Amino acid sequence: MLLNRLIVCLDVRNGRVTKGVKFAGNVDVGDPVELAEQYSRDGVDELVFYDITASAEHRSIDIKMVEETAKRVFIPFSVGGGISSVEDMRMALLAGADKVSLNSLAVLHPEVLHEGALAFGRQCVVLGLDAKRVPVTPEIPSGYEVVIRGGRQPMGMDAVAWAKRAVELGAGEICLNAIDTDGVRQGYELTITRMISDAVNVPVIASGGAGTVQHLADAFTQGHASAALVASMVHSGEYTCSGIKHDLARMGIPVRL
Amino acid sequence: MIAILDYGAGNLTSVRLAFERLGAGAQVVTKAEEASRADRLIFPGVGSAKSGMEGLCGRGFDRVLREAFAAGKPILAICLGMQMLLERSEEDGGVAGLGLVPGSVVEFAFPAEERVKVPHMGWNAVHVPHPHPVFEGIPDNTAFYFVHSFYAAPTNPQDTAGETEYAGKHFTSAVARGSLIGTQFHPERSGAAGLALLKNFLAWDGKSCC
Repeated sequence: MLLNRLIVCLDVRNGRVTKGVKFAGNVDVGDPVELAEQYSRDGVDELVFYDITASAEHRSIDIKMVEETAKRVFIPFSVGGGISSVEDMRMALLAGADKVSLNSLAVLHPEVLHEGALAFGRQCVVLGLDAKRVPVTPEIPSGYEVVIRGGRQPMGMDAVAWAKRAVELGAGEICLNAIDTDGVRQGYELTITRMISDAVNVPVIASGGAGTVQHLADAFTQGHASAALVASMVHSGEYTCSGIKHDLARMGIPVRL
Repeated sequence: MIAILDYGAGNLTSVRLAFERLGAGAQVVTKAEEASRADRLIFPGVGSAKSGMEGLCGRGFDRVLREAFAAGKPILAICLGMQMLLERSEEDGGVAGLGLVPGSVVEFAFPAEERVKVPHMGWNAVHVPHPHPVFEGIPDNTAFYFVHSFYAAPTNPQDTAGETEYAGKHFTSAVARGSLIGTQFHPERSGAAGLALLKNFLAWDGKSCC
């Protein structure tokens, strides 16, 4: 039976892992590579690195960090932030990343999903989709709008329609981040998670809002997610990956122990 | 020398680094002459069967693999590499494989209403039906990491070295024949269990068990 995945997200700012609330107010958590190794030992199934200052600083992703991680961590990991071309994707993958996450770039230049899938296979192409709850309109029938630039810029696009189109173009997985719930630890946005997961045939990662193990269980059972992403829950030291997974197993959610 | 065959099918970084981690310097090779000098071969691969076979044959690695197999050199094939060991694949409208393992490679097919995600991606348990040296010390039903849409269907049940279930479908997730071991999953991405398997492969003399 395919197991439900636990993913830890490492937001990297100036070479350090930080954790913010609603994309603002960041606190230092530690060294990315050391944390990656530590979470891997603790049984996390996958890791995601976001170089969150790369785009703003007009530089590409920290390749050294990707290389160091690949030497020390032998579970899948993806990288995002500072990817502005297929060439950037190639660099990240050759440095040892398994997947590359494309967010704003994919919205502004959807062809990059196709080009990336063609060059490296769709399993390497993750669509990072930031969605914000809005009133239902004919343009946005799902009631969730695509936003970019860390939630600052609404795009007038329906999140479900965009997810479907992105998969047609070449996205092999979708990491769905709900802006409204990100970092506030009140639970994932289950409605949009389920809508997108049911609308596409690629795995959907629920992201933004995990505060308790029950929230993760809900993402799998109610949100139909294939994976649940956490950050503050484990960065704060309140939970461990192994602890979360044992609790999920007790709740009847199949996970790798 | 351990050679990792580079025939243009995907990224070899993680495979190379996994062997480095185990203290075994595996060399990425692009030429058949280099590969034929190796004591063991790693045959990885990500991508499609057609371009994979073209790349493989274009570099003469098909001959190297056949000779190594005949000579009893340990060969580890991973993912697409494993699929290419079989006689044919239904990918890309039908592609002939190396035929070192009788059988074919078929695509996951599920009724649309079941909403099964393809590729089969993530961690899944591998049941080992009969002991094999590369699985030694790894508990039965240990989870490994998979990413694939096609799977091997060997003709002879004894060639199946691992079995996995996905959405009700039981498929062969590892094949073994003589000095050949192939895994559909990625040991280089399967954490401690994957490294244990690679370590076993390094210690294996290429003789099937029992």
